[in-house]
Amino acid sequence: MMGSEPHAQVARRRPMRRALRSRRARRPILVGWLFVVPALVMYAIFVLQPLALTVQYSFYDWDGVGPARWVGLSNYSRVFTDPDLLGTIFNSFKLLAFFSVIPVTLGLITASVIHRVTTGRFGSTARAIIFLPQIIPLVAAGIIWGWLLSLPGLINQILKVVGLESVARAWLGDFDTALPSVGMIGIWVLLGFCTVLLQTGMAKINTDLYEAARLDGAGWFAELRAVTIPGIRYEIGVCLTVTAIAALAAFDIVYVSTGGGPGHATAVPGIQIYIEAFLQRRVGLASALAIALVLLVLIVILPIQRLSRGSDR
Amino acid sequence: MNATPRLLSGDNPPDLIRLPTMVSLVQDNLLKNLDEYAAAFGWDQWPPAQLSQNRVAADGTRGAGSLYAMGLNYSLTGVFYNKELAAQIGMTEPPKTVAEFDALLAEAKAQGLLPMMVWNATASGGGLAFPLQQLMAAYGPTGPINDWIFQQPDATIDTATNLQATEHLQGWIDSGYFPEDANAIQYTDANARFRGGEGVFIFNGDWENATYDGEMSGNVGFFVFPPLEEGGSLAAMSAPLTFGIAADAPNADCAAFFFNWVATNETAREINVAIGGSNPGGPADLAIPTAAEGSVTNETLAAGGEVAQDNGQMDFIANATGSIFAAGWTPGLQEMVGGRQDAAGLLQAVQAEYEDELGR
Repeated sequence: MMGSEPHAQVARRRPMRRALRSRRARRPILVGWLFVVPALVMYAIFVLQPLALTVQYSFYDWDGVGPARWVGLSNYSRVFTDPDLLGTIFNSFKLLAFFSVIPVTLGLITASVIHRVTTGRFGSTARAIIFLPQIIPLVAAGIIWGWLLSLPGLINQILKVVGLESVARAWLGDFDTALPSVGMIGIWVLLGFCTVLLQTGMAKINTDLYEAARLDGAGWFAELRAVTIPGIRYEIGVCLTVTAIAALAAFDIVYVSTGGGPGHATAVPGIQIYIEAFLQRRVGLASALAIALVLLVLIVILPIQRLSRGSDR
Repeated sequence: MNATPRLLSGDNPPDLIRLPTMVSLVQDNLLKNLDEYAAAFGWDQWPPAQLSQNRVAADGTRGAGSLYAMGLNYSLTGVFYNKELAAQIGMTEPPKTVAEFDALLAEAKAQGLLPMMVWNATASGGGLAFPLQQLMAAYGPTGPINDWIFQQPDATIDTATNLQATEHLQGWIDSGYFPEDANAIQYTDANARFRGGEGVFIFNGDWENATYDGEMSGNVGFFVFPPLEEGGSLAAMSAPLTFGIAADAPNADCAAFFFNWVATNETAREINVAIGGSNPGGPADLAIPTAAEGSVTNETLAAGGEVAQDNGQMDFIANATGSIFAAGWTPGLQEMVGGRQDAAGLLQAVQAEYEDELGR
């Protein structure tokens, strides 16, 4: 049991000690903030402020130059009722299958095949070739695919050689095939990214697990399901996130290959925002669509994040 | 195009600027009123049709009112043809009626030739608007078409004669007179393919003269689209190469002097015709310079005179509003090619888009 004397002493000293401690503690915090501030200021000016302005503009009817008029939520109600604008959102969900689901699935298969059957030089060469489309500018890829998919283009020539002349068409100019064709360009671009990322994840998996699985007589698929996929859950999450954003916010590939046509067959929110803001000069409507797109991306991305992080991570 | 309002409203506005559209710029007070220059240089004595497309009234309608821009030259559109292929289908002289033109198209199709080349991909915009507007001006008068383009109150594109014209175009599409991949063909591709011998006819404008003369030298001809009945009045899309002066331009006087010089100086007019391929405009009493012998430019210049005689100039239906082309005509015409839109539906859709854009 402590005497009253030392207790009083402690009580007397405490304020001083606390002041000392907090001054000592505050200095690193202050220094930390000083390091962060330049980046934070840039972030605020170039990301947060535009975002806030976009939210503000979305409540106005404004041509970008003249006087703006407050219109409340009417831009938003138009986004969700105008069939042309709503159609762009539906199209972006269709693109989700091509830009996200297919590349991640194919990437998983490709990566596991490369991982299982090849090592050394052949493996890295195969990986490099598959990754190659990723380093080509999207605009160049879009233009070249436009040529390949045109009526006199290479793809139709090949179809003719193998006797499928009846299938040949202007792939990007046909209402039924334009969106899948754009999606196919997306697969070509994004497959390499997914394959490389997933294979990197596989390389981390303890080989003992594979050995155990093989001793138990697991085939390629059982191994993939029981060992590989659980081991690279986080990488799959990253792949799905990046590719889903690429699908929902698609602009360059679509703009260069079809421009959103024919009709509105490949119109996506990214293109529509550009048209509304810079051609129609309806800044308010474009901003409302942009905010809707941001929310849409969040709605799709957040569950993916949650699934991939899971409880055991 | 999207940079124009930003440039004009910025701290360093340009003296001269190419204008895709002008009404919204005038309403935002971004363009200089040129009425005083017109009086000082005597532009108001020139043929009035030249300047009318650049006039904007106080209520925002084009066609009359104060002058806000000048044309550096005046383009003309019509039908270019491949002389060799035209001879092959028995065309000895340009068709005098729409029916004669139809017969030529049918003959070309029967011989396995592509009757008409066209571009209709989104990136270039719906080139089918060219033949469509020519048909509109054949079936009906040009006045209501110009009223619609100039945004006159209550103007509509959905008229009885325009419906006939659009149905006629649909007939051409259904007959396979245009390439089946039209929706995937861009402007440059269409012209390259026409120059390479694909297509007997192509609807286009005289800005393309120089490239046609280059690769198809001596093998390319031009005629104004014929009227419905022989001897009827001729009409063609014809628009100024429009330039304006920023409201706060530091050297506005110099820019105005340049406008006057381009239209009246002899050398300037010769350069204008030789390079631009279009009519330089200017006072009625100045002779139009001639282009090199054998150039299709001489045919388009002569044709322009005939159209002017009939007072048949129209602006482009694609230019009625800032985005009627991208949001109305192009998707609608593509749907027509794809068999998903009919003539009546196309006109209704475009009119709805027009009214929406103008807030009517």
